[in-house]
Amino acid sequence: MYVAVKGGERAIENAHRLLAHERRGDRDVAEVSLAQISEQLSLGVDRVMTEGSLYDRELAALAIKQARGDMIEAIFLVRAFRATLPRFGATEPVNTGEMQVRRRISSTFKDIPGGQILGPTFDYTHRLLDPQLAEGFVPEQPLTAEALQAATPRVTDILGRDGLIEGSPQADADAPVGDLTREPLNFPADRDLRLQNLARGDEGFLLALGYSTQRGYGRNHPFAGEIRFGEVEVEFFAEDAGFAVPLGSIELTECQMVNQFKGSANEAPCFTRGYGLAFGQSERKTMSMALVDRALRARELDEEATSPAQDEEFVMSHSDNVQATGFVEHLKLPHYVDFHSELGLLRKLRQEFAEANEAPEMQEAAE
Amino acid sequence: MNAPTYNFAYLDEQTKRMIRRAILKAIAIPGYQVPFASREMPMPYGWGTGGVQVTAAILGPQDVLKVIDQGSDDTTNAISIRKFFGKTAGVETTTSTTDATVIQTRHRIPEAPLHAGQVLVYQVPIPEPLRFLEPRETETRRMHALAEYGLMHVKLYEDIARFGHIATAYAYPVKVNARYVMDPSPTPKFDNPKMDNCPALQLFGAGREKRIYAIPPYTTVVSLDFEDHPFTRYRFDAPCALCGAADSYLDEIVTDDKGGRMFVCSDTDFCEQRQAAGHHGALSAAPHKEKAHV
Repeated sequence: MYVAVKGGERAIENAHRLLAHERRGDRDVAEVSLAQISEQLSLGVDRVMTEGSLYDRELAALAIKQARGDMIEAIFLVRAFRATLPRFGATEPVNTGEMQVRRRISSTFKDIPGGQILGPTFDYTHRLLDPQLAEGFVPEQPLTAEALQAATPRVTDILGRDGLIEGSPQADADAPVGDLTREPLNFPADRDLRLQNLARGDEGFLLALGYSTQRGYGRNHPFAGEIRFGEVEVEFFAEDAGFAVPLGSIELTECQMVNQFKGSANEAPCFTRGYGLAFGQSERKTMSMALVDRALRARELDEEATSPAQDEEFVMSHSDNVQATGFVEHLKLPHYVDFHSELGLLRKLRQEFAEANEAPEMQEAAE
Repeated sequence: MNAPTYNFAYLDEQTKRMIRRAILKAIAIPGYQVPFASREMPMPYGWGTGGVQVTAAILGPQDVLKVIDQGSDDTTNAISIRKFFGKTAGVETTTSTTDATVIQTRHRIPEAPLHAGQVLVYQVPIPEPLRFLEPRETETRRMHALAEYGLMHVKLYEDIARFGHIATAYAYPVKVNARYVMDPSPTPKFDNPKMDNCPALQLFGAGREKRIYAIPPYTTVVSLDFEDHPFTRYRFDAPCALCGAADSYLDEIVTDDKGGRMFVCSDTDFCEQRQAAGHHGALSAAPHKEKAHV
């Protein structure tokens, strides 16, 4: 005999209890600390801060731990917390030209003022699994030297002095910057909102889209003008004091792509820009972002938009992994009601089909 | 680490005010989708964040809240959302349709008639009824502005040409107040007539898609159809096995792997009220009791 399904509440509680147990894993194995995550899985923390759009290493590490290493789940945790935070205002624009650079490379010039600085990078490592890392490995101390006093001007600024690249858009510092977490997004969207969307966007999604532009779907001939990673100061204009006060410094990665030139009867040809910016060391993310940013400027630059990466509605509506994972995974929720209404309709259509064809075996199946 | 503290019903008051403005606009323009700055909620997008934000914005300490999913108070997501408001707002919760002042629902409209003063909050996955005919938001907004709904009628006509029926069984499009074509959320079309001239306020929240829309009380809601193919409701041709109701929407329960099945009310409160009043179905079971598992 059937009784209506009940006990959901207890099932949820027990499932969460089991989850906590599985999260801890074998209790004979030492528990991982937030400091360990933050220090030793730091690129994961950088990604969670970037896509969670909240600069807080400790909370990002906690989110990774709570999410059992599931990055999108961790990003979701950070986002949900961020949404509850009060807003005091916006900082002054950060000046990446004055970044305390830890890594900085350009693929467009052999040498640049301030020099090429490789810094900590996977580039040129051979991807051979290293068994000595398994346990107890103590790496050598890195070589140190006096910090460079020389300025490290941005490569795009150097090109810009000769007019070889389009000017960096000059925003009115007093005009409010768009914020798609506070105002509903409408299309067509301005570049500030597009960049915000891409900065929060899923690294994998942007990587695939950026890659697609390189393979010809909205090609824009990119050169990595410059990628830099380091610390910048954040300043906040304090009304009481009447001047900008430093809040501290954050780590950023910036990528400036130099892209195919444009020109017209009234305008000398020059290179165009694609821009990427992320918290921490996030090179793949910023490079992908810069490729997609440039692709999305198709309308502004009078290019024919024929490819997914150039399609603003397509890209911006699907880049957010918290939205995407929620909607994909909501298919796990019960859908009995709508499924059964479809089932009813399908049975009816099959019955009519069977009657029309007078096939007895079909009738049986439709019952 | 700063321990987070949360406001009544989770959302901060500024966010609630923003959502209330969107709700007021939605009520003023029945069936029109009002964009709003949907927040990240502590449950996933697609799991009722729109409905939860609307409920959070309208809930007061005196409200009595009911949450259903698939018509039932006991489905896991309904429990989860009810617990969320129990925890963050401390409001009284109920399973009774009549006693509730706010009912948040996914995929059903309760069988018991709603009364004036109640608010029914729908969780909406895809608010745009034209979305599967035209994927672009810029385009569908233009179509709504011009009341250009020919494409929808062509779709319904093509269904008839191909299948002999309008092949939409849920999320069946309606026209609200003779102006906007609206998606009723994925409710079975069986429920569509309940939206028409309803004494309760009906609010629709789509969190991921950042839209709120509304049907004010006593508003005309018409399911789209043709003169020669009028709108028809559908339900399984059986009485409820538990309460014997012959007019409620039914869930099909597969009881074995040999084709055995039975049909029971999808609205659990309706079914239980009927059983308490002495109605019995052919396979009526004893009233369910929770049993501790040892």
